[in-house]
Amino acid sequence: MNALLAFLAAAEPAAKGIDPWIAFFSLITVVITVGMGFWTAGKSKSAGDFFVAGRSVSVGWNASAISGEYLSAASFMGVAGMVMLNGYDALWYPVCYACGYLFLLLFIAGPLRRFGAYTIPDFAEGRYDSPVFRKIAVCFVLFIGFFYTMPQMKGAGTTLAYIFPGLHYSVGVIVVGAVITLNVALGGMKGITLVQAFQYWLKVFAITVPIFVIAAIVGHYQSHLEANKTAQETVAAAPAGIERKALPAKAPKDEQWIAPFGSLTTKAVDAAIKAAKTPEEKAELEANKKPYSLLYTYSLIIALVCGTAGLPHILVRFYTNPDGVAAKRTTMWVMILIGVFYVFPPIYGVIGRSLTPELYDAVGSKGTDKVVLELPTLLAGRDYPLLGSILSGITCAGAFAAFMSTFSGLLVSMSSALAHDIYGRMLKPDSSPEQRLTAFKWSAVIIGVVSVGLGTQVEKLNINYLVGQAFAIAAASYFPLLFMSVWWRGMTMKGAATGMLAGGLLALGSIFLTTLSDVYGFAGLADFWVAHPLLRILCEQPAIWAVPLSITLMIVVSKATAATIPADVRMKMLVLHAPEALGLKQEYIKEHEGAGGH
Amino acid sequence: MKESNPTPDPIHSDAFLARLMSGQLKLSIACAFCFIVALVALPLLNYFQPEFMAQRVFGFTLTWLILGVLFFPFVWIISYIFIQRSIALEDAEAKAALDGLKK
Repeated sequence: MNALLAFLAAAEPAAKGIDPWIAFFSLITVVITVGMGFWTAGKSKSAGDFFVAGRSVSVGWNASAISGEYLSAASFMGVAGMVMLNGYDALWYPVCYACGYLFLLLFIAGPLRRFGAYTIPDFAEGRYDSPVFRKIAVCFVLFIGFFYTMPQMKGAGTTLAYIFPGLHYSVGVIVVGAVITLNVALGGMKGITLVQAFQYWLKVFAITVPIFVIAAIVGHYQSHLEANKTAQETVAAAPAGIERKALPAKAPKDEQWIAPFGSLTTKAVDAAIKAAKTPEEKAELEANKKPYSLLYTYSLIIALVCGTAGLPHILVRFYTNPDGVAAKRTTMWVMILIGVFYVFPPIYGVIGRSLTPELYDAVGSKGTDKVVLELPTLLAGRDYPLLGSILSGITCAGAFAAFMSTFSGLLVSMSSALAHDIYGRMLKPDSSPEQRLTAFKWSAVIIGVVSVGLGTQVEKLNINYLVGQAFAIAAASYFPLLFMSVWWRGMTMKGAATGMLAGGLLALGSIFLTTLSDVYGFAGLADFWVAHPLLRILCEQPAIWAVPLSITLMIVVSKATAATIPADVRMKMLVLHAPEALGLKQEYIKEHEGAGGH
Repeated sequence: MKESNPTPDPIHSDAFLARLMSGQLKLSIACAFCFIVALVALPLLNYFQPEFMAQRVFGFTLTWLILGVLFFPFVWIISYIFIQRSIALEDAEAKAALDGLKK
C-alpha cells in the first residue's frame, strides 16, 4: 500500500496535463492486480504452493494464465511500435511469438510435464542425476530473465511518462518496479495464476475494443495499408476517407516500409554504405544488402521460434497441468488465445503511421513504442474527445497489465531460482521451509532492484527488440538442452552442459556487445560494426549459428563421453514418453525415494 | 539398476520404449515439417518473387496478408491435428501395453 501512495505522490508534481480518464483506468488496473495478489496470498499455505500453485489448475485457466503471463509489454506496446517503425519485417515478431508455441507443443510440453520437475534446473538435475548441472542450468534463468525484464521496465517508464507528462522516464521504472516487487514478495504464484488469467482477458479487451472504434472512425487496417504505395505502384492508392499526415524525413519510405527486407534487417548494411569511401565499396555493399537481410530474417525466425520453447517463466507453468495430455491441450489453447491477440497490435502501427507520424521524430520513451497509448487520443480531434480519453485509458490499462504480469512471472521464476537453488541447495541445504520462504521474499527484492537499475538504462532501445534478444539467448541455451534431453537417449551431462554453455554464453556475449554499443555508443565498437556489417548482423541475431553450434556440441561431446550416460536412462525416457495410464511415474518415484529430489 | 531387475515385462523393454518414442517423434516431425516449410518458404518467396508477393489482396499486400493474418490459423490447424493424433497414439500405446501385461 505504501508503494501505491508513493505512486500517487509521484503523480502530484506533474499534475498538469493529466487526463483523468487515463489515470483512472490505469490506477484501477494496478489496484486490482495488487489487490488480487494480496487477497490470494492468504490462500497459499506451503512453500510448494508458492512455487507452482499446488499443481491444480484446469486447462482453460492455465491457458489464460500462460497467455496472460506471456503477453508482455513487447506484445502490447512493442509490436505496434516496431511495425510503425520498421513495417513488414516487424511482423515476424508477433507471428513467431505465437507460432513458437508449436515447437513447444510438438517436442517438449507433454514429456516435460510427465517428468514432474518444478523448473528447468530441476529437469536438468533429474535427467542427468547431477546437482552440478543444476547449478550451471540455473544461471540462464537469470541471464534470460534480466534481458526480458529490461523491456518490461521500458514499457513501464514509457507508459507512466505518457500518463504523467513531464514525469521522468526512470521515475516510472522505479515506481512500477517497486509495486510489482512488493506484490510478488507478498503474494507468490498462487495469486499470480488467478491474476495472470484475468490479465489475459483484460489485455485482449484493451487491444481490441479501442482499435475497432478507431478503425470505424478513421478507416480500416487494409485501407491504411493501401495508402502506402509498393515499389510496383507508381502512385499510392488513396482509399476514400483515409487521411494521411506528411511523414517526417526520419520515417522510412512507403515502398521500403511495406515490403520485406526493410529498415529492420538492412540497417547494419545501410550504416556501412553511408560510411563507405569508394563507389566500388558502395556497390559491393549494395549487392550484399538483400542477401544479408535474408540472413537476418532467418536468424530472427530461429531465435523467436526456438526461444519460445526455452523461456523459464513460461515452462514453469506447464507443471501446473495435471498430466501430459492436459499440457498439450493447454499449449494449443495458448496458441489460439495469443494468436487472436497478435492480429491486433500491428493495426495500431499501420494506422499510427498514417495519423501520428510525429512519433518518428521522437526518441526513447516518447517514440513509436507509445503509439498504442497515443493513437486513441486522435479521436479528440474528430469530435470525440471523451471517447478518445476513455479508449486511451483502456490501452494504458492494458499496457499496465502487460508489463505487470510478465514482470511478476519473471520475478517469481528468478526469485525461485535464487531461493530454491542458490540459497536452498548451495548456500544452506539444511534450511527449513520457513527460511526458504523468507529467502524467496528477499530474492524477489534483490532481483526487483537489479531489474529496475537495468531498466533505467535502456530507454533508447525498442521494447520489442530487447525481448527478441532474450528469446535468442533462450534459443541457444535452454531450447537445445530440452529438445535433446527429451528425445535423445545418448545425451550425457557433459554434452548437455558444454552445448548449453557454449551456445548460450556466446549468444549472450554477442548480444551484450551489440546492446552495449547501441545504448552507450562506444566509438570503437560502433566503428567496428560499421566496418563489418555481416558480423554486426551475426552478433545482433546470433541464433542462426548459436543454435546449431549448441546442438552439435551436445552431440559430439556426448558421443565422446558415452560411458557416462545415466545408468537408468531407459527408465527416465519411459517416464518422459509413456502415457500416464501406465503408472510409470509412481514406480520411478519409489525407485528414487530417499535419493534426493523433492 | 536395470540389470538387477531383468523382468521380461514388455513395458520395460527397449523395444517398447523405442516404439513409443519413434511413434510420437514421427508425428511431431511431420507436423514440424509443415510448419518449417512455411517459415522457410515465405522469406524465399519474398526474396525471389517480390512483385508477386507485393500484389494487393483486399488492400493488403499478399505477403502482409499471409504473415499478419493467415499464418495464425495455419498453425492452429497443425496443432489441432497434432493433438488429436498424439492423444490417440498415447491411448493406443497405453492400451496395447496394459493388454500385454494382462496376458
